[in-house]
Amino acid sequence: MANKFIKDVVNQNYQYGFVTNIDSDSIAPGLNEDVVRLISAKKNEPAFMLEWRLKAFRYWETMQQPEWAHLRLPIIDFQDIIYYSVPKSTEAGPKSLADVDPKLLETYNKLGIPLHEQGRLAGVAVDAVFDSISVATTYKAKLAEAGVIFCPFSEAVQKYPELIEQYLGTVVPYRDNFFAALNSAVFSDGSFVYIPKGVRCPMELSTYFRINTAKSGQFERTLIIAEESSYVSYLEGCTAPMRDENQLHAAVVELVALDNAQIKYSTVQNWYPGDAKGLGGIFNFVTKRGHCRGHHAKISWTQIETGSAITWKYPSVILQGDNSVGEFYSVALTNHYQQADTGTKMIHIGKNTRSTIISKGISAGFGQNTYRGLVRMLPGAKNARNYTQCDSLLLSETCGAHTFPYIEVKNTSAQVEHEASTAKIGEDQLFYCRQRGLKTEDAISMIVNGFCKQVFNELPMEFAVEAQKLLEVSLEGSVG
Amino acid sequence: MLDINNLCVSIQDEKQQAKTILRGLNLQIKPGEVHAIMGPNGSGKSTLANVLAGREDYQLNDGTVQFDGADLLSLAPEERAQRGLFLAFQYPTEIPGVNNMYFLRTALNSLRKYNNMPPLDAADFLQLVKSKMKEVGFDQAFLHRAVNEGFSGGEKKRNEVLQMLMLAPRFIVLDETDSGLDIDALQMVGRAVNSLRNQERSILVVTHYQRLLDYIQPDVVHVMAQGKIIKSGDKSLALELEAKGYSWIENEITP
Repeated sequence: MANKFIKDVVNQNYQYGFVTNIDSDSIAPGLNEDVVRLISAKKNEPAFMLEWRLKAFRYWETMQQPEWAHLRLPIIDFQDIIYYSVPKSTEAGPKSLADVDPKLLETYNKLGIPLHEQGRLAGVAVDAVFDSISVATTYKAKLAEAGVIFCPFSEAVQKYPELIEQYLGTVVPYRDNFFAALNSAVFSDGSFVYIPKGVRCPMELSTYFRINTAKSGQFERTLIIAEESSYVSYLEGCTAPMRDENQLHAAVVELVALDNAQIKYSTVQNWYPGDAKGLGGIFNFVTKRGHCRGHHAKISWTQIETGSAITWKYPSVILQGDNSVGEFYSVALTNHYQQADTGTKMIHIGKNTRSTIISKGISAGFGQNTYRGLVRMLPGAKNARNYTQCDSLLLSETCGAHTFPYIEVKNTSAQVEHEASTAKIGEDQLFYCRQRGLKTEDAISMIVNGFCKQVFNELPMEFAVEAQKLLEVSLEGSVG
Repeated sequence: MLDINNLCVSIQDEKQQAKTILRGLNLQIKPGEVHAIMGPNGSGKSTLANVLAGREDYQLNDGTVQFDGADLLSLAPEERAQRGLFLAFQYPTEIPGVNNMYFLRTALNSLRKYNNMPPLDAADFLQLVKSKMKEVGFDQAFLHRAVNEGFSGGEKKRNEVLQMLMLAPRFIVLDETDSGLDIDALQMVGRAVNSLRNQERSILVVTHYQRLLDYIQPDVVHVMAQGKIIKSGDKSLALELEAKGYSWIENEITP
């Protein structure tokens, strides 16, 4: 069946592959201590930041690129990457929306992310990060009324250094892993969110990441702090131009939830995946971790991963507070020669902590899709529970699905459940749909969407429809 | 409407050996007619139903099938559906995560699109589907359940009948829709099919048992054995089969 439907592996329709022609101020490719100092100086950072970056850099220099993932990974030449590139028009510092370079506004319009406070995304505050810098943030004033801080990371370093110093690196220390260490040394911007005690953030927050400049890497850092009894829902999206060379994206996201606080973090990742032959595409190495520091805290990760040539990410939750809750909902799609090694870690420390993992992997073409997950119940995790469901759907004869679940239980009252399934898209299902008048492509998209339903249900309303469409586009050419 | 001429079809078995199933089958069905095909297990009844609907596992060795003057076998399954051919499946498949309402609406609107009709809006659709659900005995919860997921055998068959009523096709093939149904459900199927009977619409009922034909009166009854139709007659043939079994006919033609 698969041969019949999928023999025609044609061009993938990546809608966001254009380049914005804009004057950029880029430093020369290469990485050494001077580059780290230069980035810090360009950002006019306080001394503690430079110190931290340098410690991270020196530590990174002692490390090796990890090889444990189930990926065919070329050697990355870290001296051939531009670590800082910003549009010239942003050099004078952050501006109001009215002053943003029209070319940048147009870029985001083309991406479907209008940077004005009305229209389709009215009700969603957006921070737009272009290469190494945040170019605009909407709804800042309205959020400030509620006491919510939502701003570029570099602005937060200037305005709220005490918060940065208190929280930066406390969830993902720079020693955590190779890419986290690299990010800590050279990160240039990202988003910062602070929700005060008892505040329910009045709108969805969202960051849109765009890589534009050739040879540049994007290293952003996001930090979200939810004080006691607060709530925030945050979404990130990502795209990049089509290029034959690979580009590196190595981000770090840290979430901190205190007593009764709740953070919902959603990702729609659509970096350029490379062409149908596997040429080009983004290498996406991301460390995301949340820390339920207080009791009854809840952190929920939802990710739709359809882009990137290589995806390496494991959004995790440390469940320290008693009765805290961690969730991970994931759809990862690999088409053509894309590879994904993704999953989560749920670290249960406190009593009665609960976690849920729902992972849906879809492979087409020559795509390789790996779920890798760790559930760890520490000695104090009395009555802790985990439920894991891990399903893979195969759309071709040449793709692969792999599952590596790790389970460690050190408390006898803890319960861990793991369910897994692997299925080929059913010939019976396709025939059934077609007999009712649906075209093959529509039938496949309907079946795949049904397969992902549990995860789509977790996305904020504004983005659930987008995610479905994205999946359709990403599957284009996977059937003939 | 349907004209099957010398249809010969084989399938590859697990050992990749070609196994002949239909061996020169002939059948003509005119608009408005209801035909029943009966026959023992393995005679090729379900194969015929699946070949008509366009399942791709089969190999055509000889023969033609004309449907409203078009070469049916050259059309994709969805094109056959668009031209009004509907198969009520013997074993309806489950589609997890896709709810019935969405599935029905997508199917109905893709057929409407083919017929240059605007899509049915949500309110009209809901009204239509609710009235049809009543006919097959489904409650509200059905709409939000996934297609056939976790359905009992009887519920799956009811769902086939519901889809048939919603799509109102011109040519209906019922593939053992009666198997596994209790008397009440059987009557419901009979009522639903009879409600669709008219001068333009034709129906092919594939069944093992005479029982369903108490509710759906056929114009013609065929007996199928070893891949072809070996005897045709009126309703009384079905009763005779019920009384005597199939062996007497098989003996009659192959002494």
